Amino acid sequence: MGLVQTEKLGNCGSLQREAVGIKRVVKCYGSFEALKGVSLSIADNEFFTLLGPSGCGKTTLLRSIAGFEDVTEGEIALYGLDIAALPPEQRPVNTVFQQYALFPHMSVRENVAFGLRMKGVAQAERQARAAEMLEMVHLSEFGDRLPSQLSGGQQQRVALARALAPRPRVLLLDEPLSALDLKLRQAMRVELKQLQETTGITFVFVTHDQEEALAMSDRIAVMSAGEVQQVGDPRTIYEAPVNRFVAEFIGETNVLPVTVSDVSAGRARVALAGCRDLIAQAPEDLSPGAHHVSIRPERLSLADGGEADLTARVERVVYLGTDLQLLACLPNGASLTVRLQNTARTSLPLQGQELGFQIEEGAVRLLVD
Amino acid sequence: MAAEATSRSARSGTGWQGLVLPLLLPSWLVIGIFMLVPVALMAVYSFLTKDFRGGIVWQFSLDAYDQFFVERGLFGDEPPLPNWTYITIFWRSIWQAGLATLLCLIIGFPTAWFIATRNPRHRALWVFLITVPYWVNLLIRTVSMRFLLRDHGPFNEMLMAIGLIDSPLRIINTDLAVQIGLFYSYLPFMVLPIYAAVERYNFALSEAARDLYAGPWTVLREIVLPTVKPGIVAGCILVFVPSLGAFLAPDLLGGARTYMIGSLIDEQFRGSAGNWPFGSAVAMILLTMVLAVLLWQVRVATREKR
Ligand SMILES: Nc1ncnc2c1ncn2[C@@H]1O[C@H](COP(=O)(O)OP(=O)(O)OP(=O)(O)O)[C@@H](O)[C@H]1O
Ligand SMILES: [Mg+2]
Repeated sequence: MGLVQTEKLGNCGSLQREAVGIKRVVKCYGSFEALKGVSLSIADNEFFTLLGPSGCGKTTLLRSIAGFEDVTEGEIALYGLDIAALPPEQRPVNTVFQQYALFPHMSVRENVAFGLRMKGVAQAERQARAAEMLEMVHLSEFGDRLPSQLSGGQQQRVALARALAPRPRVLLLDEPLSALDLKLRQAMRVELKQLQETTGITFVFVTHDQEEALAMSDRIAVMSAGEVQQVGDPRTIYEAPVNRFVAEFIGETNVLPVTVSDVSAGRARVALAGCRDLIAQAPEDLSPGAHHVSIRPERLSLADGGEADLTARVERVVYLGTDLQLLACLPNGASLTVRLQNTARTSLPLQGQELGFQIEEGAVRLLVD
Repeated sequence: MAAEATSRSARSGTGWQGLVLPLLLPSWLVIGIFMLVPVALMAVYSFLTKDFRGGIVWQFSLDAYDQFFVERGLFGDEPPLPNWTYITIFWRSIWQAGLATLLCLIIGFPTAWFIATRNPRHRALWVFLITVPYWVNLLIRTVSMRFLLRDHGPFNEMLMAIGLIDSPLRIINTDLAVQIGLFYSYLPFMVLPIYAAVERYNFALSEAARDLYAGPWTVLREIVLPTVKPGIVAGCILVFVPSLGAFLAPDLLGGARTYMIGSLIDEQFRGSAGNWPFGSAVAMILLTMVLAVLLWQVRVATREKR
């Protein structure tokens, strides 16, 4: 079997070593471009997430790495080795499929041992490793069951154990949690992250759930319509979105139209109708004129007698338990969402009340469209 | 089927209980009148005495079975020997039917696979095309096959015209002709159940197996075949059983040396040359064999389900 041996791919010492290198990958279905020149560099031992709305090409990219799709243009390298010509069975990557795709005629144990059997691992070792994997996903007692006799969450963990058993260099996960209910999903998030840390395997995780992405990832690539919009750690993605799409897709935000006057050293003076001028974080190459800024709802607070940065009329108060969400209206008619922590001294604002808000230092970000 | 229905109704509330019997009655009547009564009649006939003008005399006798299994001398005073004549015919039938089943499987599986992997909108058309020849009566199709395969029929003429052979191939009245006839008659019975199974097959399983280092042939052997096995078994039974009792193809395409059970039985019910009890006995023996195969299959299937 022409499997690319782990050794041949070299020893990975530093954390910065590139596990998956994707260069200008284009994938066309007929005349439709599902991937429009995607370039990514995924580091060894990294929990890397592909995040984007439905239909943006996440699955297509993942399937291209696994070898199920031939890319139209571009290169995909695994630890520096071009794998374009290798069929899926010769790539040292394993996949956890969205619908799990467990073999229905094999027991859980046989499912988990399948990859090892195909690699020609001896029976005794195979059994030992399958047992070890089942232990790891807390399914030791279920080895003799058929997949159809398991719950969704258990099947998901079998799929995970099956993909991890052959010790792949890279594990691809296509929305593995989407079929689970919220509670289980949250528990699995933590388990997955721990698993990635203990095994040291590079995870490429696909999701359209931004909360999931923020909670688990070392780095996130935000995709839209076949293109990568931004790559960065969760904090950068959330706090310094490069464009309007990323700002709006990740978390809740207020996108407001402004006029930019002078720009210098990453700062800009912006005028928001009906408010006093604000200082915003701006990209270097921004030209003055009409733009949008993003202000996260939780970066606003009540002025409470202090000097207000902006005033707005409260239209609705949504009580969320830990938080209060205010839906307010700015003097120019634009709507503004504010999230306040619900503490003992917070009094519920009244509908129709005019309130002054303060904006946290550095919370105003100029967006490129 | 009936047993399954009753057991399920027993579990689901009492409100349905009263309806079960009336609803099952029609199917029981059909099975009773069209299956059990004829089989019972046949079983009874096989133990009666032959009438020399054809037909039967109502007198118990084991002559029919005796004729099948035992060879007695002309004068009745030689020691009885096992009769190989009919056993040979049975053996040939099993062999021919088995070979036809295998051929149908080899050709039918890729065909079914092809149809099941077409665009869903075109699948119905392909299935329809498979069934088109079956609008014509089997007898007529078998006779046309005889015409096609004749020494100077279109098939041989064509081969000679393109220079592949110099003299006509002897196909008609051979085992080969019977094979072709059986294969042609029963191929759809193989294709359709396998198609139904492959259509339900989840192709993500193949991808998962490839992902876990299985090559294309391993995927076929380890994943695809076990999952679509019920369709394959159904197809094999649907081809093997009628092939075993077929009489049109062996009669019309085969010669005297390619005699099969179907023809043997058929002959026993023709005019005064026939022998009804003997025909019934042969049919009973055939039925027993087929039942044995089916029961064995059911046992294997239930054991696999654990
Ligand atoms: N086999 C195909 N033929 C034609 N178009 C396809 C094919 N597979 C995917 N596409 C298109 O490519 C685009 C990207 O699909 P992809 O499955 O990668 O999306 P995704 O980001 O995984 O979405 P989701 O979150 O809904 O799973 C979609 O617009 C889809 O319609
Ligand atoms: Mg997808």
